Amino acid sequence: MALAMVNVTASVLDWVSSYFDAPTRAVVFGVPIDGHLVVEALLVVVILFQLTRKSYKPPKKPLTEKEIDELCDDWVPEPLTPQITEDMTYEPPTLESAAGPHAIVNGKEVVNFASANYLGLVGNEKITDSCVGALEKYGVGSCGPRGFYGTIDVHLDCEQKIAKFLGTPDSILYSYGISTIFSVIPAFCKKGDIIVADEGVHWAVQNGLYLSRSTVVYFKHNDMKSLENKLEEVTRRSKHPEKVRRYIVVEAIYQNSGQIAPLDEIVRLKEKYRFRIILDESHSFGVLGNSGRGLADHCGVPIEKIDIITAGMGNALATDGGFCTGSVRVVDHQRLSSSGYVFSASLPPYLASAAIAAVDYLEENPSVLSKLRTNIATLFNELSDVPGLVLASHILSPIVFLKLKKSTGTGKTDIDLLDSIAKQALEEDSVLIATTKRSSLDKCKLPIGLRLFVSASHSESDLLKAAASLKRVAALLIS
Amino acid sequence: MVRLPYLTALTTLLSYGILFVFGHLRDFFRKIFDWSKSNNLQGYAPICLGYEDFYTRRLYLRIQDCFGRPISSAPDSWFDVVERYSNDNNKTLHRTEKTTKCLNLGSYNYLGFAAADEYCTPRVIESLKQYSVSTCSTRVDGGTTKLHTELEELVARFVGKPAAVLFGMGYVTNSAIIPALIGKGGLIISDSLNHNSIVNGARGSGATVRVFQHNNAPHLEEVLREQIAHGQPRTHRPWKKIIVIIEGIYSMEGELCKLPEIIAVCKKYKVYTYLDEAHSIGAVGQTGRGVCELLGVDTADIDIMMGTFTKSFGSCGGYIAASKEIIQHLKRTCPAHLYATSMSPPAVQQVISAMKVILGEDGTNRGAKKLAQIRENSNFFRSELQKMGFEVLGDNDSPIMPIMLYNPAKIPAFSRECLHQNVAIVTVAFPATPLLLARARICISAAHSREDLIKALEVISKVGDLVGIKYFPVEPVKPNKVEHLKKIE
Repeated sequence: MALAMVNVTASVLDWVSSYFDAPTRAVVFGVPIDGHLVVEALLVVVILFQLTRKSYKPPKKPLTEKEIDELCDDWVPEPLTPQITEDMTYEPPTLESAAGPHAIVNGKEVVNFASANYLGLVGNEKITDSCVGALEKYGVGSCGPRGFYGTIDVHLDCEQKIAKFLGTPDSILYSYGISTIFSVIPAFCKKGDIIVADEGVHWAVQNGLYLSRSTVVYFKHNDMKSLENKLEEVTRRSKHPEKVRRYIVVEAIYQNSGQIAPLDEIVRLKEKYRFRIILDESHSFGVLGNSGRGLADHCGVPIEKIDIITAGMGNALATDGGFCTGSVRVVDHQRLSSSGYVFSASLPPYLASAAIAAVDYLEENPSVLSKLRTNIATLFNELSDVPGLVLASHILSPIVFLKLKKSTGTGKTDIDLLDSIAKQALEEDSVLIATTKRSSLDKCKLPIGLRLFVSASHSESDLLKAAASLKRVAALLIS
Repeated sequence: MVRLPYLTALTTLLSYGILFVFGHLRDFFRKIFDWSKSNNLQGYAPICLGYEDFYTRRLYLRIQDCFGRPISSAPDSWFDVVERYSNDNNKTLHRTEKTTKCLNLGSYNYLGFAAADEYCTPRVIESLKQYSVSTCSTRVDGGTTKLHTELEELVARFVGKPAAVLFGMGYVTNSAIIPALIGKGGLIISDSLNHNSIVNGARGSGATVRVFQHNNAPHLEEVLREQIAHGQPRTHRPWKKIIVIIEGIYSMEGELCKLPEIIAVCKKYKVYTYLDEAHSIGAVGQTGRGVCELLGVDTADIDIMMGTFTKSFGSCGGYIAASKEIIQHLKRTCPAHLYATSMSPPAVQQVISAMKVILGEDGTNRGAKKLAQIRENSNFFRSELQKMGFEVLGDNDSPIMPIMLYNPAKIPAFSRECLHQNVAIVTVAFPATPLLLARARICISAAHSREDLIKALEVISKVGDLVGIKYFPVEPVKPNKVEHLKKIE
């Protein structure tokens, strides 16, 4: 058997080698075709054939229609909103009059510390008259975005007035307070830019930072050492400082804590590390500074050093809407790329004329600022010894912030305790104060507390009444 | 449906190509000239990087005078447009004191509430004196007045849902509600032509976003089946919830959404629906209740209905109407309710009065007359424009009619010529529409009388001939139609 195999193999090999060593059989195009060329050509053909075959992959089977149907039937979505429990049905107090220092809630008169009416302009005669004139001339709404016949001459007048008041080249009006900051930030910061922001900024700023898709680094609330460390870290890690835009985002007076940002420190750091500042002055415009021009006036910093200033007008100016101001390049860029400006209807004209009248009032009566400051100082003094609560805001801030000395255990019980303090103060002593309410979407981790918004039109007796009421209720409820 | 002729597409692309080439050339020379000047940025990156505002600097600024025209009166059917001049080839525009009275075909004034109204304005002024301009406070702190609660109940009744909540601005309503309803692990399927506020809200929520072809219910079904079967990307876990977001009338197309088909698909696959009725509430439907009434869809089938007060009610602000549980949840978590200043009381009163007029509760039938007028006006105008040979988009009964322009040079030509003849038109180009599909958009109002519309038609026809946008063949004018028009004149 083996011998036969050997014979067969030997004869096959002889046959192959005879072809291999065969003499030239033909001459094609001057090239002699030897036998081995034929074998090599066959080999090349086989190699090429193998190369063109696809590599082996186990076949992918897409889901059949029946399988997709089954999956769709099996899928059960979560309910759109979670279950509503009893304590979630809280209804806020309903006002039946203007939100001045004395308002009517549920039929009785209360002292109102829940409105950010810092200059006491709610109910001002001149402002009401200018609004009536505007309503009769222009109607209520402006019926169009700024680009499509929604620009009314009062808007342009208001922008010029605010720019002149602050001393900046130009300004731009937005139709709602919180939409200002979350439209400005994505207009200037894109993916790849670096932002260093305070951890206590309010939700609208956080939303703007998220929408901008830039790299955001937070520093400890109002802590300049922490800011310097973060700036140092970020500058060291940054690879192309010439191409990447860098911003520091702070608020002048923080809504969540009542602290005031030290602007001169921040400007010094900004110039050292080459950052730009975006400053949100919603609660400090018309409050800080000798003439009410805001934080730059208060700290003695020239206004050109701050690149972008935004503010909501729903506080000191007692109207609605917001504005942003800065250099001409900054303002012009927003007119086409700020989404809250381009894709939204413009500010109703009567609110713009109310803003003009409010700024006029502030220019003509700077004494209202000193009255506000005295009120804040009085209240601050009175509230320094409330049992169980401690003052956590800056001494010059019109938002007087009280937080619990000792937490009662969980965040939920804290909120309940503060709510019951506010409720009792309203029902028994007719003093309306506000507790900080945090949305579940808010990432701020600062402590919650009670907030009193001081106004220049509060009388001394109002302030004393509020302080006395808080002391009494806190002593009762905080063991 | 846009039917773009091949020749027009070619010429439009060529025009944009020439504009881009010239823009780049100018940028190049500007860079050379600025090389010699000192760079005073001192280590800062420029605040607007090179290509971001290429379109603004080189294309938009050339035709800047067609946009942002200031007016100095109420945006009624006739208004005063302020004249502007420029000394440096449209880079900066300066106001003059002179105004021209023009016919207003651009403002969102569907029911004519824009100017002072005999029923609404006295009540608004009274509420201004009682509640003052603003409450300076958020809704939860001390900014809720009796007017707000009254309006919320009225809106819920008007729209046909159990409860409603108000916000001070329509844009913020979408941007702040969508994150409160859905988060990471959820899926949002939105129409490809949705408004920027919805896109922003969807991005801000953190959920995955998928798009389905505009108004195409079969494609929506396909996308839904694929997404539910495959689950979340990469992990393939099942989605937590799915929301489909559509609009009632799309403002750049004037089309109504195919609501019955889309709702049927959504019910079959157990997904939630969100309807944005910014342009359709108060403007369409037998009694002004929006697309649901017009298309015969039960409001209980749609989970969340959103709308704004800017267009048909002549005020500002937005609302959400849904079941009581959803509204209570939103009142606790939505940041726009907790952190934003509450709606200005005179604006609230304007909406209350306007809604009462529409519902007929003011004792007259002005509301019904206005609704009939806008329907008649829209249908008349649209049919006349189509007869003249313009390419008009949009469905019947919709008060928005875009006329296609396509070429970039026709945008300023059409706009400026119409303004010379005292008709104020809105022209829209990139980025609000796709690059090739520039258009002029007309918004009809109940305040327009038949004479106004006929004058507008004459002017548009003349200018259309001049500019060359009658892409379709003109319908032959029947003799009795001519006499009908002559009789009205």
